[in-house]
Amino acid sequence: MKNDIFSINLQKHNYLNMQEEIFQDKINAEKKIEPKDWMPDGYRSHLIRQISQHAHSEIIGMQPEGNWITRAPSLRAKMILLAKVQDEAGHGLYLYSACETLGVTRDELNKQLHEGKAKYSSIFNYPTLSWADMGAIGWLVDGAAIVNQVSLQKTSYGPYSRGMIKICKEESFHQRQGYEIMAHMANGTKEQKEMAQDALNRFWWPSIMMFGPQDSDSPRTGNAMKWKIKRKTNDELRQNFIDKTVAQAELIGLKIPDPDLKWNEERGSYDFGEIDWEEFWNVVNGNGPCNEQRLEHHKKAHTEGEWVREAAKAYAKKQTHNE
Amino acid sequence: MNKAATIWEVFIQSKNGLPHKHVGNVHAEDKEMALQNARDLYTRRNEGSCIWVVKSEHIVSSVPEDEESFFDPANDKVYRHPTFYDLPDGAKHI
Repeated sequence: MKNDIFSINLQKHNYLNMQEEIFQDKINAEKKIEPKDWMPDGYRSHLIRQISQHAHSEIIGMQPEGNWITRAPSLRAKMILLAKVQDEAGHGLYLYSACETLGVTRDELNKQLHEGKAKYSSIFNYPTLSWADMGAIGWLVDGAAIVNQVSLQKTSYGPYSRGMIKICKEESFHQRQGYEIMAHMANGTKEQKEMAQDALNRFWWPSIMMFGPQDSDSPRTGNAMKWKIKRKTNDELRQNFIDKTVAQAELIGLKIPDPDLKWNEERGSYDFGEIDWEEFWNVVNGNGPCNEQRLEHHKKAHTEGEWVREAAKAYAKKQTHNE
Repeated sequence: MNKAATIWEVFIQSKNGLPHKHVGNVHAEDKEMALQNARDLYTRRNEGSCIWVVKSEHIVSSVPEDEESFFDPANDKVYRHPTFYDLPDGAKHI
């Protein structure tokens, strides 16, 4: 074969096609992809985007709940909430750790978050106004996250899959503690029940928006399914969550704020009302009630921690000298 | 000064008698901090009786591209498996 620039490009092209074919065969055979394996650039960048968004969500998600630690109504509630918020930090770190295996640094991921280039789940841009919101978040937000994460345990990227398995083991305590708060309040005084219903009213729609745009408006779903990064589509996961949750609301005497919610015998699922996608995109694009506050707080904590990181480095250097 | 933190790989032994198993990594500057961070991150529910931390840069790994040739020496030695051997009918406890 001639070695002019055209044939070199052709050889490179053929090589990439061959690699991509081997890669897709592995995916189709349900084999996991590990960090050192060859992978298409698009697979890598999709994973970095998805995993970092997931990690940022865990970390930013500490804020709305952290807001209530000092005002928890009992010592028991306070200890539980502290443990839960600590778990969220842990989940964020498992995910950053998985993301770093793709060749991106933690500093870069933080920078993308601070510059608004990386997103986090919009649900955390809503304020937590009452103690009942701690119930609603655990029950609905963690509940929705579990549905998503259970399906992601089978994602094709090894480190992400292992992170999801660990997170799922820890997450069910979160949902149960939230539902317990809701059940207590729903069975409490009239005012307490109203607070619980109010929290459900405010968090229901944002929770079902957590699964993202409808499949018909989700441009990246195709590749994510082909590469088995995602195992179920946004709409499938959303339906799954709604079907699980309706009976839980009924059991504690709360009403899901959707007049169109109706059991569909034929589908074996609930039909539900139209989601306000304008609100969804508005919050995603930075105009939710707390977007600015959440990001500012993260930047502030990061900046104020600078001296700690420096001191730790200086201490380590000194230790090495002394050894 | 290089600002990026040092990355340590974390291995946990879930109980005595079992091998240490890789669980992920932590950022830390010295070995004590690495151990404490690993404890806080990976054993919040008594998952372990012992933790190892190793700087990531000290891990040497085989590479997937060489997988075939690297592991090739094992391929043609079926006689290393017990099923390779013909035993007379009726042989027991073997």
